[in-house]
Amino acid sequence: MSLLALLLVPTLSGIGVFFVKNDALRRLVLVLAAALHASVVAATWFFPPTPLLGGWLLLDRLGQLVLSVTSLLFLAAASYAVGYLRRERRAAHQDFEEGLLFTNAPEATFTACLLFFLAAMTLVTVSHRFGLLWVAIEATTLASAPLIYFHRHHRSLEATWKYLLICSVGIALALLGNFFLAVAASAPGGAPIPLVLDDLVRGASHLNVPWLKAAFLLFLVGYGTKMGLAPLHTWLPDAHSEAPSVVSALLSGALLNCAFLGILRVQQVCAAAGQAAFGQELFVGFGFLSMAVAAVFIAGQPDFKRLLAYSSVEHMGILALGVGLGGAASFGALLHAVNHSLTKAMLFLVAGNILAAYQSKSAADVRGVVHVLPASGVLWIAGLFAITGSPPFGLFLSEFTILKAALDQGRSGVAIGYLVLLAVIFVGMMTAMLRMTQGTPGTQRNGAPVPEPVLATLPPAALAALVLILGLYIPPAVRGAIEEAARLLE
Amino acid sequence: MTMWLDTTLVSLALTSVLLLGSSRLTRCIRIVAFQGVLLGVLTVAAHAHAITARVVILAAAIFALKALAFPWLLSRVLRGADVRREIQPLISYTASMLAGTVGLAVSFWLSARMPLPTPPLSLLVVPVALFTTLAGLFLIVSRRTALMQVLAYLVLENGIYTFGVGLVEGTPMLVELGVLLDVFVAVFVMGIAIFHINREFDHIDTEQLATLRDWAP
Amino acid sequence: MNAAAIIPVLSPLILAPLLLGVIARTKAVVAGRTGPPLLQPYHDLVKLLQKSAVYSRTTTWVFRAGPVVGLAAVLCATVLVPLGGVPALLHFEGDLILFAYALALLRFFTVIAALDTGSSFEGMGASREVTFAALAEPALLLGLVAVARKAGSFSLSTMYAGMGAAAWTGAAPALVLIVGTLLVVFLAENARVPVDDPATHLELTMIHEVMVLDHGGPDLALILYGSALKLWLLGALLVGLVVPVRSGNAWVDGGAAIAGMLALAVVTGIIECSTARWRLVRVPQLLVGAGVMATVALVLMLR
Repeated sequence: MSLLALLLVPTLSGIGVFFVKNDALRRLVLVLAAALHASVVAATWFFPPTPLLGGWLLLDRLGQLVLSVTSLLFLAAASYAVGYLRRERRAAHQDFEEGLLFTNAPEATFTACLLFFLAAMTLVTVSHRFGLLWVAIEATTLASAPLIYFHRHHRSLEATWKYLLICSVGIALALLGNFFLAVAASAPGGAPIPLVLDDLVRGASHLNVPWLKAAFLLFLVGYGTKMGLAPLHTWLPDAHSEAPSVVSALLSGALLNCAFLGILRVQQVCAAAGQAAFGQELFVGFGFLSMAVAAVFIAGQPDFKRLLAYSSVEHMGILALGVGLGGAASFGALLHAVNHSLTKAMLFLVAGNILAAYQSKSAADVRGVVHVLPASGVLWIAGLFAITGSPPFGLFLSEFTILKAALDQGRSGVAIGYLVLLAVIFVGMMTAMLRMTQGTPGTQRNGAPVPEPVLATLPPAALAALVLILGLYIPPAVRGAIEEAARLLE
Repeated sequence: MTMWLDTTLVSLALTSVLLLGSSRLTRCIRIVAFQGVLLGVLTVAAHAHAITARVVILAAAIFALKALAFPWLLSRVLRGADVRREIQPLISYTASMLAGTVGLAVSFWLSARMPLPTPPLSLLVVPVALFTTLAGLFLIVSRRTALMQVLAYLVLENGIYTFGVGLVEGTPMLVELGVLLDVFVAVFVMGIAIFHINREFDHIDTEQLATLRDWAP
Repeated sequence: MNAAAIIPVLSPLILAPLLLGVIARTKAVVAGRTGPPLLQPYHDLVKLLQKSAVYSRTTTWVFRAGPVVGLAAVLCATVLVPLGGVPALLHFEGDLILFAYALALLRFFTVIAALDTGSSFEGMGASREVTFAALAEPALLLGLVAVARKAGSFSLSTMYAGMGAAAWTGAAPALVLIVGTLLVVFLAENARVPVDDPATHLELTMIHEVMVLDHGGPDLALILYGSALKLWLLGALLVGLVVPVRSGNAWVDGGAAIAGMLALAVVTGIIECSTARWRLVRVPQLLVGAGVMATVALVLMLR
């Protein structure tokens, strides 16, 4: 019942938004739908929901973690979006980068696509049937493409086209992986195992190993495109920097996790079939490559939203590395997924505030954020330290767990490479972003503090508080849930 | 019945090769529409020993979407964009066709290396499916007009579907219809994007969509 | 050796120019004209033999030898080609390679005779001809090798003797592809539309015509007869596949094949009427496409 509510609430409100003419009422519908969704997700922590469709829709611990983070982020983003949409002008206005005139997409389309996006992501987290999972992930691509194209000018159009094409091709390869998995599950001279996760895990010893490995490879490449693993990440910087900050927060914080979930589901099947080591080597390789590519492109990056996007690539690499090491590192990776989503979303929302005040995306143009936007400035510094893995924030704990697991397994090469890349990224991000906070503001701003609306600072502040709490003390319920989820991967 | 299956599969491979050498966009749309027809025939021929209502509905859905709806959608986009021919592609047409021949040989070799647990209906299914997929990927990479890239995506999906219909028996209808619906919405959204690209840039040459970059030249 | 073995040799020698006449007549009828009489090519040959030739001072013995050696090569090839189910006069393992090389010899001597005139006009035709031949020959050989694979022998007569109705029911898709390849090669090698227009005399559009522009009198008669024989031979390869009549009686098989040849001439005439000559840059794509079809057929036969 609650699963049905989780899926229907965003879908129906998304359709309903088209019929609401009043802007304020539409934004209220958005926030109400987000709040309702979040409360149902909170309820599932206390009352586990019943599976639907004969095991096709099931909420296990892994899915519940991703769903909770998604729902929380969406609530924060929806609250922020109310203020954002109020500030956005309807008529054609000038683009600050190139001075050309552009309009925005209709607000109804934007709101509806946000809600459809939430529905699709929810479907990803609850589907246990691989075909349905595929449909849901493709649906997230299609729902989020119009969101990137909110500011209708040629740069965002270019970003939208790249996003659409690259992600669709990647996900099509994952469909081929689905069929390979079905071939692996077809037992000769017997009934084929249905492509439901639990059935596959139970019958894993009968799976055809070469086809299973090929399927895993295709899933890794296909869903890895969506997740942002290098070298398939090329759409990520463009899409995340050209989309409105609300959308970037959701893309970085929620969508990448959902794609990661898709890969983890296949890893569960491989682990049950005894082929965990095959997948883990690939994970470690892709993880390192992502971190290295991110390090190269973060150094000297002039655009701070692109900087945050490459930081997402880096953290996805850390996630892959953690799962690749296995054991305690899996726990670290899942904890890292939660922490990273909260931090990155907070950073993108604050970046939106900075962008609105300074009218520039270049880090060189922005100076003295703490003076002009006090609340955002503090949050920006906090977020900066959080995302690069400094204590007392949660990311430090999760990255440290992964490091410790690497050393415990005796893989000192992996540990050294990991530390070196983290250090390079730390230096790169600090030099770019720390300079933005101090110093005298440029000639465009006169240095007086700009009033910041509550809706623009409260959501990111709440997310930052959560990350801080998770860094100091993980509630036992949360710790238990993450441990249970990590056990699913063994 | 295997002869019907074989003929359909060979025609599918030939249409993919033909697509590699075509420059006129209307002709490319018609070739992809014909591939949709072939896929509908393939669906029926693959289940010829047990034609249920589900098979008929699926074949009808494939035919309606891939042979009618998509070509109609893309022709409208083409008319709006007012382009007739593909702009000079990154790999010339003759070289593309030769690469297609090599790809065909590679597909046959690969499928010989991947033995199937249950024997398939025809020995041609896996090579032709792999070849069509490879042709789709090759076209996405080497062609410049956005419309051609969408057609290449459709060819990629056709190849993957061929693999599915030829080998996998137990996929429930809901999932297959869901996949088709997703592809339909994808093509629809891409068509709208191309319309916007044409309105914004006055062309649909994706090589010129290069404003967003990391290190300025 | 019985009388029936002569059929595959005698039919082209007597009937080859008739094919040219049928093609011309078909084109005229489709266009709504009456057209030349069916036996016009024979009249042309007689007329040309009665004239005398004029040789330019820049030419050497190569120019005089060209038509003669070419006709000799084609006559050698004629002896090797079976007519449908009737085996050729001379057959041995590997005669398909000799056949291809005999036709190549004809092409080579035509080309060097054209180059021998020293005119850039003929040189242009020669270069175009050789470019297209470089693409058409692999297609022809691949198609024939696919048929050889099916029949299990490299002798043309054995290959075609086995291409009855039974072979068609077994490997229809591959054989259809080979027929397509051979049709394209037939049109390309015999300078038919869409590769070359045999009736045109514009510099921009000639390939074969321009190479024989300087020959006159008996030389031109030899060239005309040789090209008619080449048309018959390549057509016989095609018709041998398309007409699967293998009754065992040589006269029946031969009759059916000759009827097939005449039908092929009509089809060629219709093709020539229904399409214009293709742009020169498209012709390599057509030939590569034919090669791809032959490769697919070969791959299908190899499994």
